[in-house]
Amino acid sequence: MNGRIRSSVSVSWQRHWLGLLLLAVVLLAVPFVAALGGQAWVRIANFAILYMFLALGLNIVVGYAGLLDLGYVAFYAVGAYTYALLASPHFGIHLPFWVILPLGAGLACVFGVLLGAPTLKLRGDYLAIVTLGFGEIVRIFMNNLNAPINVTNGAQGITLIDPIRIGDFSFAQTSTFLGVTLSGPQKYYFLLVALALLVIVVNIRLQDSRIGRAWQAIREDEVAAKACGINTRNIKLLAFAMGASFGGIAGGIFSAMQGFVSPESFSLMESITILAMVVLGGMGHIPGVILGAVLLTGLPEALRYGIEPLQRALFGRMIIDPESLRMLVFGLALVLVMRFRPAGLWPSSQRRRELAESAD
Amino acid sequence: MLEVNGLRVSYGGIQAVRGITFHVNEGEMVALIGANGAGKSSTLRALSRLLDPAGGSVRYRGKELLALPPHRLVGEGIALVPEGRGVFPRMSSLENLRMGAYARNNKTEIEGDLEQVLGHFPRLKERAQQLAGTLSGGEQQMLAIGRALMSKPRLLLLDEPSMGLAPIMVQKIFEVIRAVASAGMTILLVEQNAKLALEVSQRGYVMESGEITLTDESKKLLTDPKVRACYLGE
Repeated sequence: MNGRIRSSVSVSWQRHWLGLLLLAVVLLAVPFVAALGGQAWVRIANFAILYMFLALGLNIVVGYAGLLDLGYVAFYAVGAYTYALLASPHFGIHLPFWVILPLGAGLACVFGVLLGAPTLKLRGDYLAIVTLGFGEIVRIFMNNLNAPINVTNGAQGITLIDPIRIGDFSFAQTSTFLGVTLSGPQKYYFLLVALALLVIVVNIRLQDSRIGRAWQAIREDEVAAKACGINTRNIKLLAFAMGASFGGIAGGIFSAMQGFVSPESFSLMESITILAMVVLGGMGHIPGVILGAVLLTGLPEALRYGIEPLQRALFGRMIIDPESLRMLVFGLALVLVMRFRPAGLWPSSQRRRELAESAD
Repeated sequence: MLEVNGLRVSYGGIQAVRGITFHVNEGEMVALIGANGAGKSSTLRALSRLLDPAGGSVRYRGKELLALPPHRLVGEGIALVPEGRGVFPRMSSLENLRMGAYARNNKTEIEGDLEQVLGHFPRLKERAQQLAGTLSGGEQQMLAIGRALMSKPRLLLLDEPSMGLAPIMVQKIFEVIRAVASAGMTILLVEQNAKLALEVSQRGYVMESGEITLTDESKKLLTDPKVRACYLGE
């Protein structure tokens, strides 16, 4: 019996590694292939990775610990504004990114605990409502903290944010390495990939760890988890804190990449989109979450660019405005996936087994 | 081993447990019986620190339990089998049992105990890889008891192990409880099925609307006319 368990673990590890290798090849090719369609596509790829980052962070809270968080974007906002305020002409402070990113992550972590502490006894819908409120509160604060002291510059947002810079090497400009010319977005792409790999490794390690099992136990039955000797309070706070710090890092990079932040970027819709990535891809399953993030970032963009020519080819003119059709198709895709693949597009083998068994 | 003194539990304005005093000696099985709503489960939930009592003291091996957070009880050697079983439905039986040993570190010892528990419950061994949520009620109860044993407790708190089970399954569960007890485990059994509980235990306490109204050796309680009238349906 033990042998069977061990061999199934090693098979899943082999699959992990094979998957990662394939991913590496694809990841290296993406920015160059995307650049053929223009730098806009490289930016879209960058956002796909950024969302993947966010989705993996949220996956810790929702997928592992089973805490439904609808205010995740708040941590993204904290990270983004931390970066914006400490590296822009707004306050005239220009700290380097390697100071601000950890600071943003730390601050988001504090906010995660701030959200987690009062909601420890809440579950399911109740927790969702409180977290939703929290997300909105943070956004509204960003919107209104321009008086009496102008901290966030209100709805106008903060402009001219410094790009990530190492010495003279700026990620915002085009430069050439070993005969390969890399544009700004392409450089950000590689930075994002490197960070994303780190997040994936952390996620995998967490999943198989003692903490990961404790999260799973809390998700399943909190009383029984306590009876097993799990400090449910600390373990839940840890889930919030870890998820939040990933959100904070993503926010900082978003700030640097865009050069501009405003409260508009941190609406409830963002939180819901990130949650949709986690649920659609396969809750608690890392490859599934990554797939969800890539699809939900790429699909709307593809529709945005693809619908107009398609309509012209089919009908000879524009019938439906691409913007409204885009959300329609997006919504329809979500409904179909949830109807026919309720465990997500790429669920973990455990979730699959579970659905198969309950169908018997 | 366990001394409960003047324990009181209240929910809002309602007093569920009104200052009860009882004790459990090392190596014995004590039954706490009573009708629905008598305060049995509240007592157990207070003992296992799942809720904060309004007053009283619980001393376990000379230590005040009420000062400890719930997750520390396992380390002290107290294991709870929660009411309604409380297995982790989306983990396999084996994973459930391993969770029971969450607070322990010695891997070889844990594996040894795992074999022992699976020996106690051949049914669980057959269903080791099956998800706990798909087991039958009786199997889930066995799993919950097995998981509690995996923490290597000195004191086992059982909350209504017969609840919602078919009579044949109840018999099986009680056979298991008897076997665990005869291996030297100290057990506090909270149970509505008074007859079964008194048959397996050495001493019993009868609870009625938050108070202990009767206590004696289980054998004597079984023949007590009042107990027979109220709890044994005669």
